[in-house]
Amino acid sequence: MDLASILLGGLASGMVLFVVSVGLSVTMGLMGFVNLAHGGFAMLGGYAVALAMRHWGMPFFAALALAFAAVAALGVLLERTLYARLYRASELDQVLFTIGLALVMIAGVTLAVGPESQSIALPAWLRGQTDLGFLRYRSYSLALIAAGALLMLALWLGFERTRAGAQIRAAVDNRRMAESLGVDVRRLFTLVFALGSGLAAVGGGLGAEILGLDPQYPLRYLAYFLIVVAVGGLGRVSGVFAAALVIGVLDFVLKVEFPKGGAIFIYALAMIILLARPQGLAGKRA
Amino acid sequence: MSAPLLETQGLQKSFGALQVARAIDFRLEAGARHALIGPNGAGKTTLVNLLTGALAPSGGRVLFDGADVTRLAQAKRVKRGIARTFQINQLFRGLSVFENVCLAVAERLGAGGTMLAAAGRRAEVIAEATRLVELLRLGADAGRRIDELPYGRQRLVEIALALGLEPRLLLLDEPAAGIPSAESHILLEAIAALPRGIAVLIIEHDMDLVFRFAERITVMVSGAIYAEGTPAEIAANRDVRAVYLGGALDA
Amino acid sequence: MSLHEAAREYATRHRVRAWEALPWLAGLAAFFLFPNYLAFGTQVLVTILFALSLDLVLGYAGIVTLGHAAFFGAGAYTAAMLAAHAGWNEPLSGLAAAALVAGAVGFASGWVVLRAQGLALLMLTLCTMALLEQAANMGAAWTGGFDGMPGLAFRPIAGLFEFDVLYFRSQYLYALAVLFAGFVAVRLLVYSPFGRSLTGIRENVLRMHALGAPVRARQVRVYAFSAALAGVAGAVFVQANGYVNLAVLGLERAAGVLIILILGGYGRLYGAFVGALVYMLLEHSLSKAYPTAWQLGLGLTLMLVALYARNGILGLAAALRSRWSGR
Repeated sequence: MDLASILLGGLASGMVLFVVSVGLSVTMGLMGFVNLAHGGFAMLGGYAVALAMRHWGMPFFAALALAFAAVAALGVLLERTLYARLYRASELDQVLFTIGLALVMIAGVTLAVGPESQSIALPAWLRGQTDLGFLRYRSYSLALIAAGALLMLALWLGFERTRAGAQIRAAVDNRRMAESLGVDVRRLFTLVFALGSGLAAVGGGLGAEILGLDPQYPLRYLAYFLIVVAVGGLGRVSGVFAAALVIGVLDFVLKVEFPKGGAIFIYALAMIILLARPQGLAGKRA
Repeated sequence: MSAPLLETQGLQKSFGALQVARAIDFRLEAGARHALIGPNGAGKTTLVNLLTGALAPSGGRVLFDGADVTRLAQAKRVKRGIARTFQINQLFRGLSVFENVCLAVAERLGAGGTMLAAAGRRAEVIAEATRLVELLRLGADAGRRIDELPYGRQRLVEIALALGLEPRLLLLDEPAAGIPSAESHILLEAIAALPRGIAVLIIEHDMDLVFRFAERITVMVSGAIYAEGTPAEIAANRDVRAVYLGGALDA
Repeated sequence: MSLHEAAREYATRHRVRAWEALPWLAGLAAFFLFPNYLAFGTQVLVTILFALSLDLVLGYAGIVTLGHAAFFGAGAYTAAMLAAHAGWNEPLSGLAAAALVAGAVGFASGWVVLRAQGLALLMLTLCTMALLEQAANMGAAWTGGFDGMPGLAFRPIAGLFEFDVLYFRSQYLYALAVLFAGFVAVRLLVYSPFGRSLTGIRENVLRMHALGAPVRARQVRVYAFSAALAGVAGAVFVQANGYVNLAVLGLERAAGVLIILILGGYGRLYGAFVGALVYMLLEHSLSKAYPTAWQLGLGLTLMLVALYARNGILGLAAALRSRWSGR
């Protein structure tokens, strides 16, 4: 494979990682809550898309929108009833709770749909290849790259230009000060959690061709999501974006060149970055 | 004049553009009874943090017993004889009063690293911890968990921990804060009973306590030393009265 | 409790209580009562030892790690590779080698990793383990890669007790003896001044610094000790079962031992025993027959424990006991 193909393939993977992980990063940066079940929201979103398309004949993008809404709503419900009780709990309790929730999601999906992996039928215009002039490449991958870039832009605008965005940034930087300035941090968190879960759902649906879709999804990719978030810096969208792309490209290259054990370089790189900058690439020093 | 026990030279600390300690030249003699007063935000606790090594300075030096300890880590400074209490209690909340004090004494006696002999067999640790608990009249609560105690009594445990380290310099950060006046006499007696060999620097807002205890007073304002002298001199200093003491002494 | 009583309690806390003989008596009784289940029993014993090592780090020193299987695996692969490639299959010295290697890995990784806290630390422990797993995968010539190394045979223990592939008789007693030795070491450590200082580090690390304790050195020391112990557990696993594969280094094993310890009750010495026994009994009987329902039940249990019973079974028992005795 030539360099351009590898780069594009890696970027596409990275974009999927970004879409799924960005919600986790902002959630953890805002509330300091270790949510190991985040991959579960991505999985549920993917399943929602697959099922809506298969059983209701929904078109792809409508199904994505549905998945976003449905999983976001579920996120609100879970956050208000369960997650909120553990905000002051220890890291260990949060880890335990969210592992449990992930297992429940996995079992739930297995019981409801079955253990087989699901596929999502992409719309016709995304299948096949696109001619970019200097290169012909898989349309789907190019669309993923475009989608990820658009999301990054939208999020950047949202954070920089809207009042809610400013409040979120302030609360991530210094929650107590934001509270004393009148920011309703509780409501903010519900909003962010819903948004993050919804985006993960979209990522699960969009990325089904690349990451697959089966009940083991949440735990299989947990380490990668966490690494992207930790390396990028909690609550830093730009950091998550950079980390996701780097890891996406690296992982893609390694799968091609070093299929056996090549991921060792990703873990080594993550460790080096975390040791040199524990707050992540874009994070603020504590 | 003999070398002071503690000395800072041009000590300063900035957080970005914010300067919280400016060119502080501070001296403390062995056996001193020294008070540090000033309005909130003056940098008193910052100075204590710089002295103990909890905070690294942006410039200047800290000399303890003639040696330059500016680069020395907090734990090493404790071994040299600097101990402190915290403004907000830093105790082992899930453990009992007795266990808290034992931890401090064990560290001082160098027992903390012993891996294969039982802690319960260290009779000297137990004896010393018992003495300290009695000294601060905490005997009745010795077996209770910290988080079951009222705040005032927790404050006394905080002092016990510092005393357990047998320091040569004891830094007390607002020790009386939170202790109801009915109980504060226990604290005063304990401080008054401290061996003359220990130098004590006390940060306080309770002027009663300050003027009864201190032999020298330093006033800090906005990160710098504003005035220094004997209690009488400070009380008579018009600028200090204007800036800080207000009507506190007109009783 | 008066001061005198408190001092006395402190001075005698380490004394061995009569009921502490029960687990060992039960272990021996099981050998005679359940001769057809000794293979399962051996797995339980190995897991208890592994969970005990994690308790030192998590329950006493307060270090949250998702990567403790790194040391279990290091010990396992040491014993396996010595037997397969160097013809060194004497079990007791294999244990010693495993302890040394795993301890060294623990010391090195602890020294590097323990300067971090919170999420960064969690990730670093996870990455360390994943790194080792990938390395084992890459070095398939040495480690057997994904398929592992089956069919490992070991010499009789102390030259006398042959490994009994069918009924696991000698394996069970071997594991029980090793567990006993490991437990004695852990118990001594926990009641030593070092162990007490670990509790202090867990409860308030800021205060420990202010008491002059060399916090990081202590943390690295217990991390290395715990790693060596986990390595011993891994070696017993390999010697008793006669095989090794990548699963010994996997997230499933690491998360599994964490769950077991929390279910039993961390920081309580015997939580490892209770947790391993209860969990593995339930898993053994339920997960094969109803795998999905097992997963669902486990997930719900974990959520409930995190919300309402964070101190596990032993914690619940202690709470009930104090409620019953009035105060």
